[in-house]
Amino acid sequence: MSERAAKVTPADTDEQHDEQITDSAAPDAAQEVDGDADADGESEPTPVTTGAESVVRALENAGVEYAFGVQGGAIMPVYDALYDSEIYHVTMAHEQGASHAADAYGVVSGEPGVCLATSGPGATNLVTGIADADMDSDPMIALTGQVPTAFVGNDAFQETDTTGVTTPVTKDNTFASDPDRVGTDVSEAFALAREGRPGPTLVDLPKDVTKSETDREPDEPTVPDTYEVQERADEEIVEAAAERIETSERPAMLLGGGVIKGEASEACREFAIEHEIPVITTMPGIGSFPEDHELSMEMAGMHGTGYANMAITHCDTMIAVGTRFDDRLTGGIETFAPDAEIIHVDIDPAEISKNIHADYPLIGDAETVVQQLQEAIENSPQAKKWRAQCQQWKSDYSMAYDAPEDEPLQPQFVVEALDEATDDDTIVTTGVGQHQMWACQYWTYTEPRTWVSSHGLGTMGYGLPAAIGARLAADDDQDVVCFDGDGSFLMTLQELSVAVRENLDITVAVLNNEYIGMVRQWQDAFFEGRHSASDYGWMPEFDKLAEAFGAAGFRIDDYDEVADTIDEALAYDGPSVIDVHIDPQANVYPMVPSGGDNGQFALTEDQL
Amino acid sequence: MRRGLEGPAPEERPTPAGRRNEQGIRIDPEVEATHEPRRTVISALVEHEPGVLSDVSGLFSRRQFNIESLTVGPTTNDDRARITVVVEEPDPGIDQIKKQLRKLVPVISVRELEPDAMQRELALIKVDADDPAQVNAVADMYDATTVDSSPETATFEITGARQKIEAAIETFGQFGVREISRTGTTALARGTEETAAALSATESATEQTKTQQEYPADDD
Ligand SMILES: Cc1ncc(C[n+]2csc(CCOP(=O)(O)OP(=O)(O)O)c2C)c(N)n1
Repeated sequence: MSERAAKVTPADTDEQHDEQITDSAAPDAAQEVDGDADADGESEPTPVTTGAESVVRALENAGVEYAFGVQGGAIMPVYDALYDSEIYHVTMAHEQGASHAADAYGVVSGEPGVCLATSGPGATNLVTGIADADMDSDPMIALTGQVPTAFVGNDAFQETDTTGVTTPVTKDNTFASDPDRVGTDVSEAFALAREGRPGPTLVDLPKDVTKSETDREPDEPTVPDTYEVQERADEEIVEAAAERIETSERPAMLLGGGVIKGEASEACREFAIEHEIPVITTMPGIGSFPEDHELSMEMAGMHGTGYANMAITHCDTMIAVGTRFDDRLTGGIETFAPDAEIIHVDIDPAEISKNIHADYPLIGDAETVVQQLQEAIENSPQAKKWRAQCQQWKSDYSMAYDAPEDEPLQPQFVVEALDEATDDDTIVTTGVGQHQMWACQYWTYTEPRTWVSSHGLGTMGYGLPAAIGARLAADDDQDVVCFDGDGSFLMTLQELSVAVRENLDITVAVLNNEYIGMVRQWQDAFFEGRHSASDYGWMPEFDKLAEAFGAAGFRIDDYDEVADTIDEALAYDGPSVIDVHIDPQANVYPMVPSGGDNGQFALTEDQL
Repeated sequence: MRRGLEGPAPEERPTPAGRRNEQGIRIDPEVEATHEPRRTVISALVEHEPGVLSDVSGLFSRRQFNIESLTVGPTTNDDRARITVVVEEPDPGIDQIKKQLRKLVPVISVRELEPDAMQRELALIKVDADDPAQVNAVADMYDATTVDSSPETATFEITGARQKIEAAIETFGQFGVREISRTGTTALARGTEETAAALSATESATEQTKTQQEYPADDD
């Protein structure tokens, strides 16, 4: 190994440290109780001696149980400190896998997932997963090794300007330059990832900083003073919004991912049910309201249900909670809920009126604000006719699909069969493409944190590493199912080695159409069926591939194999892969073309 | 599935009467109201730390906000710096800029200055000095100070509002302007009013909600 970086002796920075030690109230708890600890015979944490140890201590203090990563030169001191820690490190096959696993861990547990990588290629490999977490506001912390400070800026071996590269895709990032502060940098990054609107944070760790001696314990995980979050919304606007809801004839709730992150599902559920308001979700909002409830209109947007898109288009009052009005949800802005006054609840003031003007901007924590609204409302809206209309739309635009026995297997059937074979609390992860949309449409989600997908970034390859992270965050008795596309699976399937090594009980259903299916569908609709670079025409046999990895492999070609094979795969204690050969021509409907009118969703290709 | 789903076709469905404009504001279909861009000065107090300038400038390029100038300099507090940005955007864009800036962790506070705020810019203008008397007369007109002179050139320093500097550059144009360098606008609020001070995010968020409500769908 020619890691020039590894040979560098850290510059003697001791003098500098002494100067920078301030008398801030660092809770050097471990040090203070040190004497007693031995007397009690309890295993008090040993005092830190290096920057790397304080990094790991910061994670331990924050309650971190798992970390996902890949070793390498510049991060070695941190890994060395991890060696003695209770934190369980999962070595991933690729750093992208580490960032997706950490992201999914954060989605399912609500606590920041942790990923680690070395400098240069390790750090750049993390970037896709960091960007993914940023788009979906998932709590995550990335720790990257960096070349020693003295080499920074010299294009040293495996040097990348990691903070520079990740600034646009992190909530905040820090270049750690002081061994006495590095632990606190990590604590702060952890707190920032979780507080307010969650998101990924990153701490770049130069090797000399982590190797240097320090006895400074990290501060408690708190956000910096400049970061403040508003919890309660302006009471006047709450009153006005409540009045609007009371007099509304066609009210609808639109629940986004912020409802789940803000633990507001329960409050929203109570609100909707008490006032009998139909509920629409965004894609990240899936699970915030039980889809088997009468009031549920399910997901709206490009591939949302027809009834959700009718409801969104025709409501006169929209109570939108924790959504950023992404273009895949809104379609063309001109035609988005054009009759509706918008009550927008969001913890991030910058989301208010960014895409859709908020008539009632309610900045604050989703749960708190929904409770404020609940308290302010005296009478439920009189919307019987509207509710009947919504039910009518549910039957007019039913998602029922054709599945003739003598024709190739329809993917919707497979999604429904897996849903039926598993409990309600089963976690679903996905890749990106048609299979992801079928997983949205044909699985009935009833609980928050059971839908784990790449929404904003749309990252193919998310599904399998996400299943690994989700598995470790989930309860032991929860099932984890990954719906993948053949193309998406190929992007990160090496992570199967991790699932096997760690004996993780996950079931991957590859909805195999031997196409880059979603692209093929668009080509058929918008490019005169010219299948440029979308027809794989050949795919490896995924069941055998799975077996080569040491996982259980299954294959389904026909309807009559579906139920039994699914049962077998679910029963297998460890990772299993079902290669499901579906109708290669199957398409996702309804569909609102990009920038289109939600109310004019197409039910067939000729309506596009 | 290839066939698609059942249900009334798009043309058989009711359509709502309303519409929104490009900025997502509900409009009366009769009176199309859009916000015109306007020039304004935004002042931000930030932590004086490495990376903050690139955070701020990166934000402007990433979100495609139109900026005329961006200046940064120290304040009376060594740990703080002031960034002054002149932008040209419609009202919703200006609001987004303020909110996005506030969101950056090292940013302490953000304020849009009143139109009457003190705004100054400094320019160095190097002109051909073939006719020194004439050149100096113009310099006097604009209160310019001579910074350097050579047999062929004269360089002046001019301070003032942007309009004054632009007028000066235009007038000097008759002699032949060789080079100019301008600092961009820096600004402070008038009187006892604070420019962008360490007010809490909660206050600023509330202040924002208020402005939000002030946008009428159509200006009347
Ligand atoms: C990393 C990445 N590259 C490219 C795309 C563009 N893209 C979106 S969907 C899709 C097809 C996905 O194919 P597959 O995983 O087989 O799923 P299918 O649509 O067939 O279900 C592609 C290429 C993407 N979303 N992500």
